[in-house]
Amino acid sequence: MADRTSETPPSATPKPDPDALRGDVVRRARIDASCRGPVMFFVLTAVAWLLIGSLLAIMASVKMHTPEFLSDLEPLTFGRVRTAHLNTVIYGWSSLVGIGVLLWLQARLSRSTLRFHKLLYAVGILWNLAIAAGTWALLFSHFDSVEWLEFPVWTAALLGVGFVGVMVVSLDLFRRRSKHHIFVSQWYLFGAVFWFPILYVLANLMIHLGMATGVAMATANWWFAHNVLGIWFTPIGLAAAYYFIPKVLGRPIHSYYLSLLGFWTLALFYNWAGTHHLIGGPLPVWLTTVGTVASMMMFIPVITVAINHHMTMVGHFEKLRYSPTLRFIVFGAMSYTLVSAQGSLMALRRVNETTHFTHYTVAHAHLGMYAFFTMAMFGAIYYMVPRLLGREWPSATLIRIHFWTTAVGIFIYFTGLSWGGWRQGEMLNHDTVDFLAIVDYLIPYLWSRSLGGTLMTIGHVTLAILLWKMWRGAEEEAQGPAVFKEEPAKTKILPTSDGEEEDS
Amino acid sequence: MNRTFSLLIGVVLTVAASFVGLVLIPDWQLDPLEPVEAPDGTLRPQAPTGTVAEGRDIYSQLGCIYCHSQQVRPPDFGSDHDRGWGTRQTHPLDHIHDEPPLLGTMRTGPDLANIAVRQPSRSWHHLHLFNPIITSPGSNMPPYRFLYEAVPRTDGAPPENALDFPPEFDDPDHWWVPTDRAEALVDYLLSLDHTYSIEGDP
Repeated sequence: MADRTSETPPSATPKPDPDALRGDVVRRARIDASCRGPVMFFVLTAVAWLLIGSLLAIMASVKMHTPEFLSDLEPLTFGRVRTAHLNTVIYGWSSLVGIGVLLWLQARLSRSTLRFHKLLYAVGILWNLAIAAGTWALLFSHFDSVEWLEFPVWTAALLGVGFVGVMVVSLDLFRRRSKHHIFVSQWYLFGAVFWFPILYVLANLMIHLGMATGVAMATANWWFAHNVLGIWFTPIGLAAAYYFIPKVLGRPIHSYYLSLLGFWTLALFYNWAGTHHLIGGPLPVWLTTVGTVASMMMFIPVITVAINHHMTMVGHFEKLRYSPTLRFIVFGAMSYTLVSAQGSLMALRRVNETTHFTHYTVAHAHLGMYAFFTMAMFGAIYYMVPRLLGREWPSATLIRIHFWTTAVGIFIYFTGLSWGGWRQGEMLNHDTVDFLAIVDYLIPYLWSRSLGGTLMTIGHVTLAILLWKMWRGAEEEAQGPAVFKEEPAKTKILPTSDGEEEDS
Repeated sequence: MNRTFSLLIGVVLTVAASFVGLVLIPDWQLDPLEPVEAPDGTLRPQAPTGTVAEGRDIYSQLGCIYCHSQQVRPPDFGSDHDRGWGTRQTHPLDHIHDEPPLLGTMRTGPDLANIAVRQPSRSWHHLHLFNPIITSPGSNMPPYRFLYEAVPRTDGAPPENALDFPPEFDDPDHWWVPTDRAEALVDYLLSLDHTYSIEGDP
């Protein structure tokens, strides 16, 4: 069985067999109602962290081309705001929204109601307090420069303890799933709730509690920092793509078996890829070679997923004009293919010789965390929130603004820093080019990042306004679903392979 | 439930295997490394102590690693050697006392593995930290004036450790004196010398 939908999309018109459907609709409404409080808590606080992280990002970006900007305040020096930006968007925005989406998807796919609300609120509050205190510590006191693990060890301990609650609830849903079949998205979500705590606890033990020594700490560092992308955020992003693309289109995923191949090759190979961040570094050569080989093997899951998503979308691309969810999700899924292929190539020694130590890597990281993961999460929010709150989005125009500012913003960000970063690497590798000439060359590209980042931030504020209006219910109830435009009547009914009729 | 169990085993084993391979085995392989004897009879590398250790913490807490690496790549890989950033590739042994090692992943600024050799002058470092464009015109490094203290100028002689600015950067109202943190940071930078020789590749 494929990851098949029997889901009624928002603007459902009466179906041929209303009785059977009514049962489905009622069941889903009960699941959504059970998710409302905790999932909205995670989503709303995540968006708050996205706004804080965006502000820190713009400050850090401006400092790179205008170093005197806010330079006399020690808590706002570049090294501090850059670190605070990374940690707020990774643990605040991405992880919190990821947990919200994970819980809702797992409830929907298990066809079970979400339980343990008090536990989930406690986890949400604990995570938010820990991230707030950790960010304060990064700005005002002390931290160790260990990329992606700068939070003090007590912050990490609180996050780790809190995550146990997420594991309990997620596994409770999985255990109570009403069909024996395990959907593709559930494989990824199941993996993610185990992988994150294993990575996070072991990395903190090895580095912050000193269980490794010397450069072994560096390999532990990149084992974590690379894997947190690959087996925490990526599975959630892919689970969302595997769920929402078929759901919105009303047709099954192209191949269930292909997606299983994609899952297990990801689990096998991604784990070993992290040491490509240390190519040319002070390590036994076999370690970085392992990283390069694993990075090449990553082409298998990436191509598998790309084929599966593309074959599901084929013939239905016109739907992107109508569905906000689909537009964000497909943008994310395409970026996943792009960022993964790029990442594999960057692990080749000769490519890495140029791209390592440059802004090219920074652009690549944002292609992954933003163009893929964050855009996929935006897509998930546009689908989830109306169902959780029982209310439609108040404005299609604002959604359109959100999409285009973030899409154009990340495009400017990525192209500017990729081109500038590649040239930076080439010049660094020619000792005849004076170092300060490279600095000078990069300034316009650093400005382009501030421009792209500002556009993205405008999009984030737009999303916050939309959510605020939804939450307050201040707007009059919308008359219909917030689609970008009405679909032409002739495409209203789309027969699917198992005879169900869907539209969007 | 059986399938859940196999899934669990697969999920845990994949990540555990990589942890053993990429973290535990290197840690075990690199554990026996011992300092080497320099020509003057002292051991290299030396564990940072006193103000050097304090300076290292300040380097870490100001996030210097986000723009400066401390690792020289091999001679045929990049132009680190030709730029004079080092005479040999950085070896795991160079970092046996570093917890955590400050290798860095970005070169917005130059590599600092051997900055003490390239810039041995204390006053150069102070001027550079106070305002990088004094020594490096066009630099986009942030100024670290908050590591210096402003002392109102009088007709008398300046404090003995006051920064000696070139005329175009002179502050007519104040003398600027390094704080203890600035001195410690410079002590640390002046300790960054990995030119001693080590036999064998990493």
